[in-house]
Amino acid sequence: MNAPIVKILGLFKSYYRDSLEIPVLHDINLDIPQGQFLALMGPSGSGKTTLLNLIAGIDRPTSGTLAVAGEEIGKLTEQQMAKWRSRHIGFIFQFYNLLPVLTAYENVELPLLLTSLSRKERKEHVETALSIVGLSDRMKHYPRQLSGGQEQRVAIARAVVSDPTLLLADEPTGDLDKNSAEDIMTLLARLNKEYGKTIVMVTHDPRAAEKANFVRHLDKGELQQ
Amino acid sequence: MKLLKLITKNAGRHKLRTILTVVGLALAVMAFGLIRTFIIAWYASARASAPDRLVTRHSVSIVFTLPLAYKEQLLQVDGVEDVTFGCWFGGIYVDPKNFFANFAVEHTSFLRIYPEYIVPPDQLDAFASERQAAVVGRKLADRFGWKLGDQITLTGTIYPGDWQFVIRGIYSGKTVDTDETAFLFRYDYLDERMKEESPGRAGQIGWYILKIDDPNRSAEIGSKIDARFDNSWAETKTETEKDFALSFIQMSSAIIVGLRIVSYLIIGVIFLVLANTMAMTARERISENAFMRTLGFRGYHLVGLILGESLLIALMGGLCGMLLLYVVSSGVGVALSQFFPGFEADAMTYMLTTATAILIGVAASVFPINRALRIKIVDGLRVVD
Repeated sequence: MNAPIVKILGLFKSYYRDSLEIPVLHDINLDIPQGQFLALMGPSGSGKTTLLNLIAGIDRPTSGTLAVAGEEIGKLTEQQMAKWRSRHIGFIFQFYNLLPVLTAYENVELPLLLTSLSRKERKEHVETALSIVGLSDRMKHYPRQLSGGQEQRVAIARAVVSDPTLLLADEPTGDLDKNSAEDIMTLLARLNKEYGKTIVMVTHDPRAAEKANFVRHLDKGELQQ
Repeated sequence: MKLLKLITKNAGRHKLRTILTVVGLALAVMAFGLIRTFIIAWYASARASAPDRLVTRHSVSIVFTLPLAYKEQLLQVDGVEDVTFGCWFGGIYVDPKNFFANFAVEHTSFLRIYPEYIVPPDQLDAFASERQAAVVGRKLADRFGWKLGDQITLTGTIYPGDWQFVIRGIYSGKTVDTDETAFLFRYDYLDERMKEESPGRAGQIGWYILKIDDPNRSAEIGSKIDARFDNSWAETKTETEKDFALSFIQMSSAIIVGLRIVSYLIIGVIFLVLANTMAMTARERISENAFMRTLGFRGYHLVGLILGESLLIALMGGLCGMLLLYVVSSGVGVALSQFFPGFEADAMTYMLTTATAILIGVAASVFPINRALRIKIVDGLRVVD
């Protein structure tokens, strides 16, 4: 068993509407070992995406501790958090979030603009990432010229291009047809098995969850055993 | 790919909107520059005035005349080197629509005190040797196709009757601000006829122009002159030529104030046009900005992207506006050369226009930047385009 790359202890998260407290996550305790492909399942409103956002460092817990790669991210400032995200997190969204004005190549290159890599090094990284997702021949295509499945593969290439510690996927097949969804899940499983990527995926889809090697269920903000 | 490329691509994302915004900005910038150029042209006569020239006129109004006899007394004032005089004639050439300034001047001294009116020596001699001779500005001659030797008749309004003149000289201006639209003729021709037809008006002139030895003494010399004629039946008011010109400009100050207000309103319009575009952009890109921050882009990256896009559009509009201004002001300058000598947008206008475009580019990005930075990433990601 690998050491946990994500360690969550007594995590609570609440949102506030005016003075009304809306509890979302309740006493979450979770260890995610390095190299694990974890699927988080649960009904709508169970807190899956909130938990994913907390692990991604784009939201802050109300209380409890959350450490990723040994760093307690709740204590980081916004600036530190942004830098931390660029180094440790690759995020895959349900709706791809590709910039429509950039080609597949440029979209994948985007996270590398935050690094000190040279243009040549960036090119090598981008080409490698696109070849992993099988889109070497679509580098110059714009998002509108790609199918949904291809767009999601570009998004995955963008998520892995900077070789992050953790891949987080929020309903990555939610906007895709069955075949495309199957392709994407196969790709994520391959990234986990062949490249040893630690993946945390939120999904409604039991077939998608089958590809994960570990499934946890959330219900009403609580992790089920 | 660098962020600059992303800025350029973002600006071209909604091509029609960007083009319409740029066109709107360009037209507003041109209008702003054109109004400023009009105002500057309005002050051309004041700019063309010489610091070593004073104007002495009747203390009540320029409408009232001064005795010709003052000339000798003025020459005796310490600091006065030379004196000439002029008289507004108000003659009409064929049709009142053909307006141009026409003056009776003392032919021996006027062009000596106004060296910026350049007349060839032979034409100057011809002007001196013939009582009905007239010297006209080059633009005026071009306007009516006048040549040397042409006989011209002006119908007097202040001095009734038809007055015949012979064009004996055509002057050019030394600088672009020099008026080349005046019609100058000899005062002795006017005075001679007044002696016959209206003796009470003979020996009266409109204003004196004095050349002084030291521009720094203009106030002192002016006071001395006015003191000399205190309590006379025609008291004087002496001021620098610039102040004299400005006093005429002040008569139309309401128009200038109006133009200035319009120019400020135009700046407001430019701002609103761009701010509207940038506000729409901000709303459309809420989730995109949140996503960029998820990737690790910091606040200053977003500031750079939004500010850069706003500045790019503002500068494109400014540049197109300046090109339009150049073309239009050149055309207007030719069309209105009779009224506004040297009508042309100056370097300061172009610099001011550029600075305005930059300032507006910055100002228009404030709201979108604020919105992009203040929204939480998770809230931004929830927004569906």
